[in-house]
Amino acid sequence: MFGYLLRRLFIMVPTLLLISMLVFAIIQAPPGDYLTTYITELQSQGEAVDQSKIDFLRHQYGLDRSIVEQYLLWVGNLLQGDLGHSFEYNLPVNEVVGDRLWLTMVVSVATIVFIWVMSFPIGIYSAVRQYSLGDYTLTFIGFLGLATPSFLLALVLLYLANVYFGTSIGGLMDPEYIDQPWSWAKVGSVLEHLWVPVIVIGTSGTAGMIRRLRANLLDELQKQYVVTGRAKGLSPGRLLWKYPLRMALNPFIADIGSLLPEVVSGAVIVSVVLSLPTTGPMLLDALRSQDMYLAGSFLMFLALLTVIGMFLSDLALAVLDPRIRLGGGAAK
Amino acid sequence: MTDILREPAPYKPIAHEVSPDPFDPMSVERMTTEQERYYLASQWRMMWWKFRRHKLAVISGAFLLLLYLSIAISEFLAPYNLHSRHVDFIYAPPQAVHFFHKGAFVGPFVYGLDYHLNLENLKREYTEKTEKPLPIRFFCRGDSYRFWGLFDTDLHLACASEGGTLFLLGTDRLGRDLLSRIIYGARISLTIGFLGVAVSFLLGLTIGGAAGYYGGWIDGISQRFIEVVRSVPHVPLWMALSAIMPVTWSPILVYFGITIILGLLDWTGLARAVRSKLLALREEDFALAAELMGARPRRIIWRHLMPSFMSHLIASATLAVPSMILGETALSFLGLGLRPPVTSWGVLLNEAQNINVVALYPWLMFPVLPVILVVLAFNFLGDGLRDAADPYK
Repeated sequence: MFGYLLRRLFIMVPTLLLISMLVFAIIQAPPGDYLTTYITELQSQGEAVDQSKIDFLRHQYGLDRSIVEQYLLWVGNLLQGDLGHSFEYNLPVNEVVGDRLWLTMVVSVATIVFIWVMSFPIGIYSAVRQYSLGDYTLTFIGFLGLATPSFLLALVLLYLANVYFGTSIGGLMDPEYIDQPWSWAKVGSVLEHLWVPVIVIGTSGTAGMIRRLRANLLDELQKQYVVTGRAKGLSPGRLLWKYPLRMALNPFIADIGSLLPEVVSGAVIVSVVLSLPTTGPMLLDALRSQDMYLAGSFLMFLALLTVIGMFLSDLALAVLDPRIRLGGGAAK
Repeated sequence: MTDILREPAPYKPIAHEVSPDPFDPMSVERMTTEQERYYLASQWRMMWWKFRRHKLAVISGAFLLLLYLSIAISEFLAPYNLHSRHVDFIYAPPQAVHFFHKGAFVGPFVYGLDYHLNLENLKREYTEKTEKPLPIRFFCRGDSYRFWGLFDTDLHLACASEGGTLFLLGTDRLGRDLLSRIIYGARISLTIGFLGVAVSFLLGLTIGGAAGYYGGWIDGISQRFIEVVRSVPHVPLWMALSAIMPVTWSPILVYFGITIILGLLDWTGLARAVRSKLLALREEDFALAAELMGARPRRIIWRHLMPSFMSHLIASATLAVPSMILGETALSFLGLGLRPPVTSWGVLLNEAQNINVVALYPWLMFPVLPVILVVLAFNFLGDGLRDAADPYK
């Protein structure tokens, strides 16, 4: 088990390294850098551009070095927890992001929990009562959830939440709590606002999860051991609970890997629409204004979130399913 | 035959009979015409039979076919041109189609709209003028357009009566008919998913094919790379990639750029499917036979191995189209994807970006309806194809 853990941890290193190269390539790809944008902006306002100042800035941010050096500098700083300098805000990225990283994690984790809590009973019901009216209805709703663009659902839910519950529009907390130190009242306000984004982001994931659980459980329900159990007189509930359900549960853990990128992706769009204080809206701004370190740090953070999530799901799977541990070695 | 089963009389030899009919040794093995049709059918024919049983998939397929055909004649189907403005009817609500006027049947018609500005909340309010019905004309003359760049015409399927308006889904902030714009938008939205899937198909086949056939370090590297692409959330990367595209690019370049961006992250699923199938199939005897006869790897992969699982690939490609369409919609909605004057459903939804729209002009959200329908149809079609892809099951 310990060996597996080590091996799994070790695999993360090249993965993260590759991701960092990818991210760096993307933020470097637009022609010019932030300073050229800055200069044209100054020129368009008719202000004189002081070449020595530009050179100084360029040197200070390492923009005059080679690409490889810039990359190494960036990665090195990242490892030390220094996310670089945001040109647009003229502040270290660490200060700009503030609570955003944590709130992103809160939203993502809450969404995953929501997906589990919703899809677990519904998936079981749909499989056990296959082709019943309830199954058809739930499957249909699930399909609708898959097909509806999340941002529109967000808008409509936001509107309804405001009209019927009087929740303030947008944000993750009431305006009075913004920039306040964390308190229980603030946490309560966050929880009150959390449900709209969580439902919106979680809908498509829930729909996918229900379908997978249903398909898996249906496969298991046809197997011999279920028939044997039934023939021996186990009550249906106990039979379901003790055998096929445990077999069908695997994807629930394993799918965090594919679920997390999906949730993070959905969260970005939805948080732009709902103007949540998470990474989404700021990432969009940073990309638009070529604030490369800010954008790069966000991309890196989101990727890190999913990589760590995958690692945790693999660990949980290894604990829960002895077959995976016994298999050992590199997965084929 | 029942004679044999009759109980013989005691102490008498058992009666036995021989059939005088000519003996036909094949009588048991011969197939009925029905069986012959089934057992000798080609793989594609069997897939068609299996697919046909999946009613929802067939309906979805037909629906999509119709939609794709419609994009060839969008100009004819739309009541107005893409950019025709009606300055007197800004944010006009959808006009309902009526059939009966004061109890008498008139055929399909709409009522005219009366506009006045509500000075309290500055909301534009329209009321129906119910005294006079404005019948909808069919196969009529309306806005002129150049059909397929070949000839000028002004024939439309339906247009408003003389001097009247026909906004079945309302108008936007410039007074443009939403229905017409949705019909035109189908052109971009439907093709972008297809082109994107084509890109990811190409990448998936090449990379997955190489990994599966050669194995070894090529496999190792591509597997690692696939893992990386899969673990990165797509939407932020899409956003970053489309932010790279220079603002100076022409709309058509942006369009192709977006298709490539969408395809660039989506090939991993296909590549994995191709790889695992190839790994299994290259051990088969027919692959070995081809190799011994001196066929090159490329020929073996394309002529011998690919056809065995092409149907699976087509099914999974169909299932990949919806995510492309939704991706384009999301990008354009955020303003990072296509930009006006190019009109896709995502660009149309870009107008429905704030809560005011939901409250005041909810009809601007109509473009989401075709998005949902198309995504659903592709899902059902893909499910049906996937079931049909393995007709021997």
